[in-house]
Amino acid sequence: MRRHLLEAADLDRADATLVLDTAAQIDAALAGREVKKLPTLRGRTVVNLFYEDSTRTRISFELAAKRLSADVINFSAKGSSVSKGESLKDTALTLEAMGSDAIVVRHSASGAPHRLAHWVRGSVVNAGDGTHEHPTQALLDAYTIRHRLGRLEGVRVAVVGDVLHSRVARSNVRLLHTLGAEVTLVAPPTLLPVGVGSWPAEVSYDLDAVLPKADVVMMLRVQAERMAASYFPSAREYSRRYGLDARRMAALGDDAIVMHPGPMNRGMEIAAEVADSVRSTIVEQVGNGVSVRMAVLYLLLGGAPS
Amino acid sequence: MTVLIRGARPYGEDAADILLRDGHVAAVGGSLSAPDAEVVDAAGLVALPGLVDLHTHLREPGREDAETVETGSRAAALGGYTAVHAMANTDPVADTAGVVEQVWRLGQQAGLVDVVPVGAVTVGLRGERLAELGAMADSAARVRVFSDDGMCVADPALMRRALEYVKALDGVVAQHAEEPRLTTGAQMHEGDRSARLGLTGWPAAAEEAIIARDVLLAGHVGARLHVCHVSTAGSVEILRWAKSRGVQVTAEVTPHHLLLTDECAEGYDPVFKVNPPLRTDADVAAVRRGLAEGVIDAVATDHAPHAVEDKESEWAGARPGMLGLEQALSVVVATMVETGLLDWRGVADRMSVRPAAIGRLETHGRPLAPGEPATLLLLDPAARAVVDPAALASRSRNSPYAGRELPGRVVHTFLRGVPTVTDGKATR
Repeated sequence: MRRHLLEAADLDRADATLVLDTAAQIDAALAGREVKKLPTLRGRTVVNLFYEDSTRTRISFELAAKRLSADVINFSAKGSSVSKGESLKDTALTLEAMGSDAIVVRHSASGAPHRLAHWVRGSVVNAGDGTHEHPTQALLDAYTIRHRLGRLEGVRVAVVGDVLHSRVARSNVRLLHTLGAEVTLVAPPTLLPVGVGSWPAEVSYDLDAVLPKADVVMMLRVQAERMAASYFPSAREYSRRYGLDARRMAALGDDAIVMHPGPMNRGMEIAAEVADSVRSTIVEQVGNGVSVRMAVLYLLLGGAPS
Repeated sequence: MTVLIRGARPYGEDAADILLRDGHVAAVGGSLSAPDAEVVDAAGLVALPGLVDLHTHLREPGREDAETVETGSRAAALGGYTAVHAMANTDPVADTAGVVEQVWRLGQQAGLVDVVPVGAVTVGLRGERLAELGAMADSAARVRVFSDDGMCVADPALMRRALEYVKALDGVVAQHAEEPRLTTGAQMHEGDRSARLGLTGWPAAAEEAIIARDVLLAGHVGARLHVCHVSTAGSVEILRWAKSRGVQVTAEVTPHHLLLTDECAEGYDPVFKVNPPLRTDADVAAVRRGLAEGVIDAVATDHAPHAVEDKESEWAGARPGMLGLEQALSVVVATMVETGLLDWRGVADRMSVRPAAIGRLETHGRPLAPGEPATLLLLDPAARAVVDPAALASRSRNSPYAGRELPGRVVHTFLRGVPTVTDGKATR
């Protein structure tokens, strides 16, 4: 493993598989235990540096670090983002001086974790940067798929929704490709980036054509405010063309699963009966997130001396 | 003051002596003698007319921590420049006779290059109503180039009026071609790399749409239009078409758009953030070809100094722009001369003669010939050096060429017979 986890491309197939295998071992080790805690990172300090609100991701990382017995500091820098307040560099140097071993960073600017990695000696974990990447989300998604379907090689994954603005989509395309899955992106053309043709993924505008062949349907959150910028005409039309409802779910193969990184817009990109169905892995993904983040922190920090 | 330059190669051609006396070239020829002259050994050096920059940000007044007229003038002289056009986006904006005269006077005091102020087209660069263009033209600064650079004059009716109005001033509107509705939040060239890096794209069409509109307007009203920092292959095509139709349009390209591509955005180092953004290999090839053919008239630096804290941040939070004055000629040597696209006469034409004509500077861009102003530079084309930002004369350090080896070293610069650079060092 490299020192940082900044984007999915930092992981080759062996590294990515190691993270998933380590997460599985952690799950097995903690299964049935009353005290869900390992001593691995005792004495290490992990800082959650969040420039954007994301309660679920922060809590997931916090729990992961605590279950590895690390000391955890939550540094909420919301509002002090781009060109306001203390600079990212000064914050980085401050945290460095306080002896942080790893910084988990969420930032509204794409590439902020890359800049941070230039300025600190410890490890940097990208917990979501702008519209760039969210690599631990992709890892937990891959872990969930492998757990449910037993494999990743050759698995056909449809990623549906606002690909243009989605860091989840970017990380998943890269990581799933690395792990041998076949990704098809499904969205209206307005929500696909110019240049998507260079990605290792198929592209379709037609959800109904893709669903029968999909082993996994990953629904992305679509923000209603995209309407204001004319990415699509109305929530209703979006939902009709690209939402996953019970009728569409019926077109899926018997073993196909439905995923969502959350938070969901029920009734927009996903119908309630789909989100709550047996195919849905949405709650499972949350639990897997903790295990995968434990694996990432363990692999980045576990071997190195403090 | 009399200077005898021995053995220089005017325009890279046969070696000759050049005698400078009382601010003018007194003679050019073999084995000149002048007992009273200070002798400069220029064996192997290429002599060119002093360079003219149509596009410089000197930051004064307002951001003297990033650059001043004096430090920018020194950087310019070291780059072989003898005249620079100081852009209007200062604080306060150069939209009145008072501000342009202030900048002009600061340039006179620095005394290293002729600092020629550019006047804003609209009040406060806000794109709402015309600034007092006539007052700036009639001021001591004699403004002829008007630009809202950094902002596009996006309103087509206002642009039309500006083009028409400056005809009476023998002026030209220099447009920053960027359709703002197509570049909201834009961070880099829109293409494969922006898609992957998750940085909002700046589409080539946003530049080309404005250039297409403006050449039609300039043709319609019979006015002069200058297009700033052309960056795309499509822009070159539109300019070629407009020129073939007889539109009075000129255009410039920056050194960085001749050399660098959007590949530089990998790693998210904001030193490579610039507006318009670095484009693709195909665009670089097209702007080089356009410059070689003369479809693009001039190289202009868009020298944009920024304080460290304005660049040492996340990409989206950083200001766009990069330094250019001290390396411009070297980049042109690397991209245009060493590639065989331009000879030294071509370099003189694109970096001195044509920009001087566009800016209506009568005493710049003149031939190296008796009776002409002694405004020239001597370049060692064989020298190669690695760019060290800490060694630059600019007050800022945001050079995109840091660590890059570039050819050519300006050894001497003369402004009306007075040395401004001697042995690679500024004289004041």
